Amino acid sequence: MAPFTVHDGLVVPLDRSNVDTDLIIPKQFLKSIKRTGFGPNLFDELRYSDAYDELNPDGARISNPDFSLNKPEYAGASILLSRENFGCGSSREHAVWALCQFGIQCVIAPSFADIFKNNAFKSGLLPVELPEALVDNLFAHVSTGKPLNLSVDLNNEEVRLPSGEAVQFSVDPFRRQCLLKGLDDIGITLERVDAIAAFEDKHRGVQPWLFNEVVV
Amino acid sequence: MGLTLYDKLWDAHLVDQRDDGSALIYIDRHLIHEVTSPQAFEGLRLAGRQPRRLHANVAVPDHNVSTDPNERALAGYSGVADATSRLQLETLNDNCNDFNIPLIDLADQRQGIVHVMGPEQGATLPGMTIVCGDSHTSTHGAFGALAHGIGTSEVEHVLATQCLLTQKMSNFRVLLEGDVQLGVSAKDLALAVIGEIGTAGATGCAVEFAGSAVTALSMEGRMTLCNMAIEAGARAGMIAVDETTLEYVKDRPMAPRGAQWALAEAYWQTLHSDDDAVFDRELRLDASKIEPQVTWGTSPEMVSSINGRVPSQQSLPDETSKKSLARALEYMGLEEGMALTDIEVDMVFIGSCTNARIEDMRVAASIVQGRCKAANVERVLVVPGSGLVKAQAEAEGLDKIFEAAGMEWRAPGCSMCLAMNADKLAPGKRCASTSNRNFEGRQGSGGRTHLVSPAMAATAAVAGRFVHPSTLEI
Repeated sequence: MAPFTVHDGLVVPLDRSNVDTDLIIPKQFLKSIKRTGFGPNLFDELRYSDAYDELNPDGARISNPDFSLNKPEYAGASILLSRENFGCGSSREHAVWALCQFGIQCVIAPSFADIFKNNAFKSGLLPVELPEALVDNLFAHVSTGKPLNLSVDLNNEEVRLPSGEAVQFSVDPFRRQCLLKGLDDIGITLERVDAIAAFEDKHRGVQPWLFNEVVV
Repeated sequence: MGLTLYDKLWDAHLVDQRDDGSALIYIDRHLIHEVTSPQAFEGLRLAGRQPRRLHANVAVPDHNVSTDPNERALAGYSGVADATSRLQLETLNDNCNDFNIPLIDLADQRQGIVHVMGPEQGATLPGMTIVCGDSHTSTHGAFGALAHGIGTSEVEHVLATQCLLTQKMSNFRVLLEGDVQLGVSAKDLALAVIGEIGTAGATGCAVEFAGSAVTALSMEGRMTLCNMAIEAGARAGMIAVDETTLEYVKDRPMAPRGAQWALAEAYWQTLHSDDDAVFDRELRLDASKIEPQVTWGTSPEMVSSINGRVPSQQSLPDETSKKSLARALEYMGLEEGMALTDIEVDMVFIGSCTNARIEDMRVAASIVQGRCKAANVERVLVVPGSGLVKAQAEAEGLDKIFEAAGMEWRAPGCSMCLAMNADKLAPGKRCASTSNRNFEGRQGSGGRTHLVSPAMAATAAVAGRFVHPSTLEI
């Protein structure tokens, strides 16, 4: 995973609450056995005016000009601004992959669903929780039509506005370190393999039935 | 100070607690399906890693399988018409073969929705930590287990380390007291709770369901309730172990036997919150006042009692909720203030990890018996949760009741709950569904979903619209 330290980018708004992972990447794209290739289908049902044709997966699509991600003024945006409970619903990590592969590196919202937030950190997508009033202000700024560029600084846990003002956010310390250094979770855990083995022995002593062979 | 059930489960699995708040917990059971696992197995291969404990895992295909009895009649995956789906299903088999992971494959009668199969086989046991790359893993908390959904990176992490890097959640108790009314089921209790606290109401929490209305539920009802905990934002829902739990688990194929059973039973009986346990939050609802529920919008929190109406904008406090309401009603093709009993349905889906167990099939069949699918209802899909549910239902003649009423009796799988396979709701069509999510496009692009109980779905199928099950004319 690439480290995340400071990211400067253009904000694109998605003014809805409870954006669910079905909306982020619909199920017809979950048939893939790969980890890549989801970017073109991010927000598929909002982004295109025509329905996806499974029989012609590479066919040309009609872009929905009213959807924010399609508007020319947001071309190249890498910070998604949305409302509360972003990423609710299904645990599909494909939602995070789709956002990253489209080019989004940070999502700002008043709150995130637990599983999505967890998944985001694993792929280097930074979820930033800001107070609702502040999110309202950012939406108001975007609605004026002027481009909003933000600097998201994970090291100092602050978002810097174009005015120079900085607002603080907070990220779980462990996740922050992993993201700052681009660390692989499995590698970190395997450093504790002795502790895992010791726990396993103790656990087997107390609940031996958990270690029965599964015969299928 | 006493401990909550969640505290006890957490403490019993804590491998390592770090100063920064993160923790390593041990995972007893890892359930695997075809959609969220291929990239995890690929990750293991790329890093040259092996699963740490093979027999902690059980795999089964469910999300992307066909429920068409004709497709399923053909051997192996050869009957799967869609090539991309076939590859995904074959990949699960290949990965399980390559890594020696126990697999219940499509041809096996025990195959079914992972959250139906697990408890049926005794792969789900009280006191376990259970994870699966599926958010409805909360279902297994019904057994006094700590069970929740994980993402694909975590699937790989659990395979490689048998642990999960996580943080302790807060304790939230939902107390449902009183006797429920006739025609009210666990699904209605779940929807009423979600309507009360919202889809983010329990974010960051482990929810324990308790109270007389919960202990009165069968294990299947408890599974339905815990299944929907995620729709209130809680990764994990759980219920204390009692005699109902032990009776269900005893003699399941993977349950302990003999001396091991005695040892396990003694331990499992400690799996309840202490009398003096302290919860961070508590919600009390009078279960006797809860009526059958119907969702009218595009989030499970957009729900009302059957005798209610679609809300109007003026009843809402702020602009964001007004906008959400307007968008939801436009998508759903409904008017403000409309009576829910005036909503007609085009399709009915009885199935999913929420409501596809034998009791669900029985309730639905008892309503359908001697009646016919309403003329305005185009299709009714009845999808049993597993091959064993299907066989039991057929032994009781339930399949014949559905078929005589003009309904389709299908092969087991997730089906139109998420509509990954060919079972889809067409654009603009309206469905009464026993599943768990009414998000835009969930059951098919442009499809309109109303979440209900099996009794409500069966009633809608014969009445053509939403009706209180106990007022259905004979």
